[in-house]
Amino acid sequence: MKPAAEEIWDWLDAVPDPEIPVISVVDLGIVREVNWDGDTLEVAVTPTYSGCPATSVISMDIETALHDRGIRDVRIKTQISPPWTTDWLSEKGRAKLMDYGIAPPRAAGGPDCCPRCKSTNVTRISQFGSTPCKAQWRCADCLEPFDYFKCI
Amino acid sequence: MAQVDQAQLFEFLCRMGDNTLVLGHRVSEWCGLAPVLEEDIALANTALDLIGQTQMWLGLAGEVEGKGRSADDLAMLRDVWDFRNVLLVEQPNGDFGQTMMRQFLFDAWHLAVLTALAESSNDRIAAIAAKAVKEVQYHVERSGDTVIGLGDGTSESHQRMQKALNLLWPYVGEMFVTDAVDDAMAKAGIAPDLATLRAAFDTHVGGILTEATLTIPDGKFTHKGGKTGFQHSEHLGHMLTQMQWLQRAYPGATW
Repeated sequence: MKPAAEEIWDWLDAVPDPEIPVISVVDLGIVREVNWDGDTLEVAVTPTYSGCPATSVISMDIETALHDRGIRDVRIKTQISPPWTTDWLSEKGRAKLMDYGIAPPRAAGGPDCCPRCKSTNVTRISQFGSTPCKAQWRCADCLEPFDYFKCI
Repeated sequence: MAQVDQAQLFEFLCRMGDNTLVLGHRVSEWCGLAPVLEEDIALANTALDLIGQTQMWLGLAGEVEGKGRSADDLAMLRDVWDFRNVLLVEQPNGDFGQTMMRQFLFDAWHLAVLTALAESSNDRIAAIAAKAVKEVQYHVERSGDTVIGLGDGTSESHQRMQKALNLLWPYVGEMFVTDAVDDAMAKAGIAPDLATLRAAFDTHVGGILTEATLTIPDGKFTHKGGKTGFQHSEHLGHMLTQMQWLQRAYPGATW
């Protein structure tokens, strides 16, 4: 018997993002659809940034996780439209990012507060950071630099 | 989806993909060499976005061409005369200021073109543009800020930025010159008429350059010949010997 889609979503929610392992690929909002096509499971994945090197690793990790659950035929479909948006980050994912020290994205274009000391006295260092999806900010109170997950 | 000559569509897609490929490679040459760590990271991220966009444009170009060439084949196995990028993006990096001036002039054009392409009658092109435009908004925000910061900075940085603008401004015109390929794309609703984007570009760029206390040089002369493949500058061939080195030294190598 083929596992139900709901169960597969649960399995995928246990696959960590390779760059930010505290959140899952489902939290990140890049798994768009899971469908059976005969005996092949088709998983639609939307890349975050065009050149993000994590994308191919994520596809491999998803395949491996599903193989481990006994699904032999997995097809990863790259779906670029509609383009990925940080609106698809789950609430659970946002909370985990904050705990991990990465300020979650906000429509206002900057972090709410410093993920360490919670001060709102923060300034931007650069629009770009250690991965394509992050920017570098600094807390003017605790003086620690921190990552902000860019809103796109 | 609008009908269009497939050879012309291939040509158009190569222009989009070669612009991002050549500029992406140029920018990646800064990796590990930028003046400060934050700028190094920003340059590397910009290069990465551009190379990612290249995979989509040249990937689609290969499909349209129908000869089984992949994005990698097009990037690594063509020689200089088959590249269709504008001359601006193949110009050498120069100093950091010159690199950022080149980036800003391209980003401002790129943003305008991608915004229009997101409404393309071709769904595949619209999807690529809608994805890329989100990244390019960050590129132009940063390159514009940097041009202002350096232009309106110290006398040394101002002087260098003015020199960069004088050098690169004559390459701007080529981004708006149209030919039969552009006309066919515009007619089919696939791409905008480039000439209609010029006024908004001039307003955008003019505003940033004024804030940067820089002066656009006089003269209407435009270097061209890159996007048609008629004549690239001598710099592209040298760049390709680096970029394509592995495929040239070990043909067919994969990993």
